[in-house]
Amino acid sequence: MTTMRRRAVPYLLISPTVALIAAFLVYPIASVAYYSLQHRNLTRPWADGFAGLDNFRQMLFEDEVFWHSLGFTAKWVVVEIGLQLILGLALALIVNESFIGRGLARSLVFSPWAVSGVLTTGIWILLYTPSTGVLRFLGQPEAAVLGNPDTVFPAVVVTELWRGVPFFAILLLAGLQGIPGELYEAAAVDGAGRIRRFLHVTLPHLRDAIVLATLLRGVWEFNNVDLLYTLTGGGPAQVTTTLPLYVAQRAVDSKDFGYGSALTMAGFVILLFCSILYLRLSRFGEER
Amino acid sequence: MSADVMTRPRTRAVPAGTRRRKRRDPGRVLRLYVPLGMYLVFTLVPFYWMLVFALRPAGSTDPVPWPITFEHFETVWNDIGYAVFFRNSVIVGVWSLLFTTVIAVMGGYALSRYRFRGRGLFMVVLLCTQFIPGAMMLIPLFSIFKTLGLINNLASLVVADTVFNLPLSIILMSGFISAVPFTVEEAAMVDGCTRFRGFLAIVLPQLRPGLIAVGSFAFIHTWNNFLFALMFVSKQDSFTIPVGLSYTIGEYSADFGALAAGGVVAALPVVCVFAVVQRYLVHGISAGAVKG
Repeated sequence: MTTMRRRAVPYLLISPTVALIAAFLVYPIASVAYYSLQHRNLTRPWADGFAGLDNFRQMLFEDEVFWHSLGFTAKWVVVEIGLQLILGLALALIVNESFIGRGLARSLVFSPWAVSGVLTTGIWILLYTPSTGVLRFLGQPEAAVLGNPDTVFPAVVVTELWRGVPFFAILLLAGLQGIPGELYEAAAVDGAGRIRRFLHVTLPHLRDAIVLATLLRGVWEFNNVDLLYTLTGGGPAQVTTTLPLYVAQRAVDSKDFGYGSALTMAGFVILLFCSILYLRLSRFGEER
Repeated sequence: MSADVMTRPRTRAVPAGTRRRKRRDPGRVLRLYVPLGMYLVFTLVPFYWMLVFALRPAGSTDPVPWPITFEHFETVWNDIGYAVFFRNSVIVGVWSLLFTTVIAVMGGYALSRYRFRGRGLFMVVLLCTQFIPGAMMLIPLFSIFKTLGLINNLASLVVADTVFNLPLSIILMSGFISAVPFTVEEAAMVDGCTRFRGFLAIVLPQLRPGLIAVGSFAFIHTWNNFLFALMFVSKQDSFTIPVGLSYTIGEYSADFGALAAGGVVAALPVVCVFAVVQRYLVHGISAGAVKG
């Protein structure tokens, strides 16, 4: 093999990936930017054409759903990630201990991760349904929790926790397994109790894993549409509509591609800004 | 197989009184088994509730499904069309698994074994793709597949799911490949193997956990993907399981038996796959993603 040909090997190996990403991720992003400046609605093709900043003007100044969806998205992501972090960390610490049946326990507590958002909806509708659900055993016989604006938020939060905590726990468990046991020995020799070992050995070592997990899951919860789309449809009265869900509704239901693209651009910018801000504030990957 | 750092013997270093691992420790029950038990209840009751609805006769309100009936499964499988949805989901899942795994092995091998110009950029692009919302790609991807004539064609789902599976799969796979020592491969090449044959004979057999982790990861994601299938497929004979299930939720909301039976059909393959491969997944993440 000549040097030239050998140099080409890694590029050949990554070429399918590069081609797929270019064609189905980079090009679409560019076309979203283009569509956002167009009137484009599949149900009204005669009105298509250049729109300038019209879509953005409508979004910023006339669309109450947009502003409301931003507020709900923030609330949704912060509450979900906060609770998933606490529960996921506790769960990871528990299944990192050694006990009989640990493998089985891990498979069982992690299993909701493998379940789709739609299926989660199906399962929890069965739990929440007034006459036959499980809430009747908790003294809430006739409450339609999903149709009531006061109870719908806790209901969807618990539902998403059921599916979201496992992957958080998996990511943190992977991080826990990378902590050298000698550190715990040393801390124990120095007389550190369980709580101080957790605060001074476990948490500092998990820092990067926690930052990465919260960021990945935060982006994921932001983007996650399946559950809310099928469980509440963004309702009642749009109170559970996130920005991506609103985009999906505009794209799938109304086929309004121009306006949907403008919303998409807003989502990109917000997500990018928040992610960079978060990585800066958390000083991810810095030596300490 | 999971290297549990907490269980390494540390008798020498630690005085007997502070040793963490003791058989009959009442604190351990409170710390470990009580919260674990509570979490297991939270995890398993919803699954159990679905099974109850799926197996008991319509109209029954018993919390125990007895006598067991399979009428709901007959309804969803034959009348609603889950036989077709299931077949479609398997087709899309398996093709996406194959493409994702093969391309991820190629990309992972390049990342792990070569230092080439643009490697850093490639990594950054892979990580950045994680920030792209699937919901926001619906519009442009729909236009692309329309141009390609792939709307209402399962191939559109295979392509879209493969693209979204790839970045994380490549990062995971490069972690697994790095764990196979290069020296063995070198030795094979010294013995006259080509690099490709050396890879097939030496690396691939040791890569089994990685192939299982990445493959199952891709399959589960594809099996569960809802939005792409909802957007790119509108004919009922091309529906996948999640789309079929979403219509069951909408149309048959009075028939909880059918909804539950459909849910069992949707859950069974992925939950079984996951139970088997769960440990490979944890291992893969600690080998690849967390180290960066």
